[in-house]
Amino acid sequence: MASLRIYIPCIRTSDAVRTLRGMKLKSLLILVSIALAACQPSETKTSSSAPANNGPITINGAGATFPNPIYSKWFDEYQKSHPDIRINYQSIGSGGGIKQLSAQTVFFGASDGPMTDAQLQSAPGAILHFPTVLGGVVPVYNVTGVTQALRFNGAVLADIYLGKITKWNDAAIAALNPGVKLPADDIAVVHRSDGSGTTYIWCDFLSKVSQDYKQKIGVSTSVNWPAGVGAKGNEGVSGLVRQTPGAIGYVELIYALQNKMPYGSVQNKAGQFVTASLDSVTAAAAGAEMPDDFRVSITNADGANAYPIASFTWLLLYQHPKDVARGKAMVDFLKWALTDGQKFAPSLGYAPLPQPVIAKEMQALGKIQ
Amino acid sequence: MTANLRRRKVYSGLFEALCALAVIVALIPLAMILFYVVKEGFGALNVDFFTHMPKPVGESGGGMANAIAGTFILICIAAAFAVPVGCLCGIHLSEYPGTKFSSIVRFSADVLNGVPSIVVGIFAYGILVLPVKRFSAIAGGVALGLLMIPIVVRTTEELLRLVPGGLREGALALGATRGRAVFSVIVPAALPGILTGILVALARVAGETAPLLFTAFNNRFWSTSLTQPIASLTVQVFTYAISPYDDWHRQAWAGAFLLVMMILALSILARLAVRRLERMNRS
Amino acid sequence: MKRSDDRSFRIGTGAFAALVLLIVAGIAFELTRQSTLSITKFGLKFWTTKVWDPVSGDFGALPFIWGTLYSAILALLIATPIALGIAIFISELSPRVLRQPLAYLTELLAAIPSIVYGLWGIFVLVPIVRKIEIAMGAKPALGVGMMAAALILAVMVIPFTSSVAREILKNVPATQREAAYALGATRWEAIKVAIGFGRTGIIGAVMLGFGRALGETMAVTMVIGNSPQISASLFKPQYTMAAVIANEFTEAADELYLHALIEIGLLLFIITVGVNLLSRLLIWSTKRRAITTVVMPMVSAEEVPA
Repeated sequence: MASLRIYIPCIRTSDAVRTLRGMKLKSLLILVSIALAACQPSETKTSSSAPANNGPITINGAGATFPNPIYSKWFDEYQKSHPDIRINYQSIGSGGGIKQLSAQTVFFGASDGPMTDAQLQSAPGAILHFPTVLGGVVPVYNVTGVTQALRFNGAVLADIYLGKITKWNDAAIAALNPGVKLPADDIAVVHRSDGSGTTYIWCDFLSKVSQDYKQKIGVSTSVNWPAGVGAKGNEGVSGLVRQTPGAIGYVELIYALQNKMPYGSVQNKAGQFVTASLDSVTAAAAGAEMPDDFRVSITNADGANAYPIASFTWLLLYQHPKDVARGKAMVDFLKWALTDGQKFAPSLGYAPLPQPVIAKEMQALGKIQ
Repeated sequence: MTANLRRRKVYSGLFEALCALAVIVALIPLAMILFYVVKEGFGALNVDFFTHMPKPVGESGGGMANAIAGTFILICIAAAFAVPVGCLCGIHLSEYPGTKFSSIVRFSADVLNGVPSIVVGIFAYGILVLPVKRFSAIAGGVALGLLMIPIVVRTTEELLRLVPGGLREGALALGATRGRAVFSVIVPAALPGILTGILVALARVAGETAPLLFTAFNNRFWSTSLTQPIASLTVQVFTYAISPYDDWHRQAWAGAFLLVMMILALSILARLAVRRLERMNRS
Repeated sequence: MKRSDDRSFRIGTGAFAALVLLIVAGIAFELTRQSTLSITKFGLKFWTTKVWDPVSGDFGALPFIWGTLYSAILALLIATPIALGIAIFISELSPRVLRQPLAYLTELLAAIPSIVYGLWGIFVLVPIVRKIEIAMGAKPALGVGMMAAALILAVMVIPFTSSVAREILKNVPATQREAAYALGATRWEAIKVAIGFGRTGIIGAVMLGFGRALGETMAVTMVIGNSPQISASLFKPQYTMAAVIANEFTEAADELYLHALIEIGLLLFIITVGVNLLSRLLIWSTKRRAITTVVMPMVSAEEVPA
């Protein structure tokens, strides 16, 4: 802290003190009254236990950055038709969503990595997963001189992130991309610095196709990266890749689209090089067997057109929330999201949920009380 | 002899030049920062910025009205907490300077001064967020207040000490109790300086981000409630800065511009208070 | 009646003073209480392990300690000569009319919030550092990394060190300089005498800057690259204690992870507080020496210890 050089010379007790006293007390009073006026809690607006029909209620949620574009669109649209319900969602990463939900500092969470059994066990109540949309994680890159879509496969991506492939013109990358002039630049690996469901999906896929990756890095929302730079959120990764020549990162499709960044196609289980899109992501979900708790992984799916790094993203809610009004509000919101809300998905680069999944979820929503 | 003197004179001149260079070198980043903040920030300011809430991700437009209000509310809460605590503590330290208790308290205030703001954030999270299981404006405001306290304590104590003994003795001789003497005579005499100290502390704390990350959280909506998460200029600038959207970057600069202006205003106010007093004494 | 009024005044204000004490004790207590899991599990090994693996539950703070100390020391190396130069220039060399404005400008550097530094860092400093790295042949030239962090920290630390150093130099008794001039010293040599007299205080000023650099969070986390590696290279992304807490605190889902982060916070607390207290002690001892060395016509309130 900078040392304060305040100096007060001798003060004459006479008028100086009197005027000062008056002047400064007045300004103190002004400051205090401003403070009080501003801090007037507007009781009519938000109150934690206000029933839904008595004024706006705010529902706080936190979690994944992966679906943040569509969630923020949904909450905005939903508020237009339901001005009393304000859903305040903060995208702090899937890990954050799970943690804050378990600590009950937020009402709902969002994650693209489903909660593990251990996490569900240690939560203070039963938590249900509700898939909301489908999305795909794409490898974005910033390679000088390359504007077209590069082709990758799981093995190459795994080796890049393990630090084994270090240059863009490496033989393995060149083999997949004949005819593309790859510079001899170093690869700047970008990963997430925060707990991320996008990381989970990425690692889930790479662990399936690379035993080395599975052993050295593993699958989780936060892993021990052997190489690269960490950025916060999907936003941070796309921002950093965009600014750093030679960088590669993994982000949800919409971030690549919105920022007009080139992204690669990835070879799927059937051997095809597939680019992430509505169709390819939907194809990945087509063959999935949806369990009752909705926790399923669809990376590396079968199917000729399936995009290999696709995933559901989930909204997490307590099965028996203490705040009944908010619980009902969220159930109503989810019902809207699963029906009307789905139409916003394609324009934002997400795939709407398959009908059977929606039907199953509507049933499951009845469990919340 | 003369050669030696000449050499020493040359060295002297050289080092003096280096010192002048140091000043220029330090002023370069200041100039750059102010330049960019004004250039990018001022250009991005528009009416929307002051009146609208943030738009959904990826859509352009929108503003930071809720964040501006949020910062204001947070510093009010911080002041409401820190000013009474800090001033009364400072008063005690100046009235009873020699006791062991006072030495320990003074030591604690110094310790608190050196605590990084993120650690204060952890503390505020532990005592104000976890027990009630919610993020709130109060938690954020108190975290900021904790950072203000050492500055207020120290300024209050030093200024009260500087008030001439004659004032206190006069008041006591007239039969005032200790409390009366202090609150009616000594504190008003030192009030401009104390106010300055408070303004300086406010300026410092208005720019804090780290402690708000896990106390006030953030809020997309307009909210003045003390028990709900609240947006703030600093956290909003941080969120926008690390994003990939150009529109958000522009708004981040605008937010930064507003922050710098606000802090400048507070420091100028502080300086004016001192200048006013000096002028008063000269007359 | 007067006595009880006095007593209630004393107790009343004393209660608030005690509150300040309680707050500090509370911070230390909370930090320790919330890191017990990590302390008991890892013990002293925590400070020497360099693995930070949330998946396997293996935590070690060494990369963060390294990053914090390295960035702070680099920042000091850059900032100290500049800060001292400014202090000397303003207090000894500059024309009187420039003194106030220059002092004000330097303090302005301290007033700029850390997030604004971070913003400027991302959009202005990092591209410049990237160009420097490309010119120096670093691969890959990320821009973010230790160099950017050290530069930003240096700029942030300069005003603190320089304003305290200015205070110290102001408090050096005039007789010291007069004696030097009487012996035929050049201006610089007289300044050296003044610095010599106040050297403990100047070290204190430097340490104050060090303490500030250790605790800085936002600006650093935006430009350092957030990667827990230990490397002497200026170009590699690294991680500091404050940055890892800021990034991972809200999402440490399991207790051990959270406790490990808070244990890092505890260490940060202890180190910064220690450095700050040491610096205040050094500064006070110099001021005391200045006051007691020469008889001064007006002795205002003595600077109190610590």
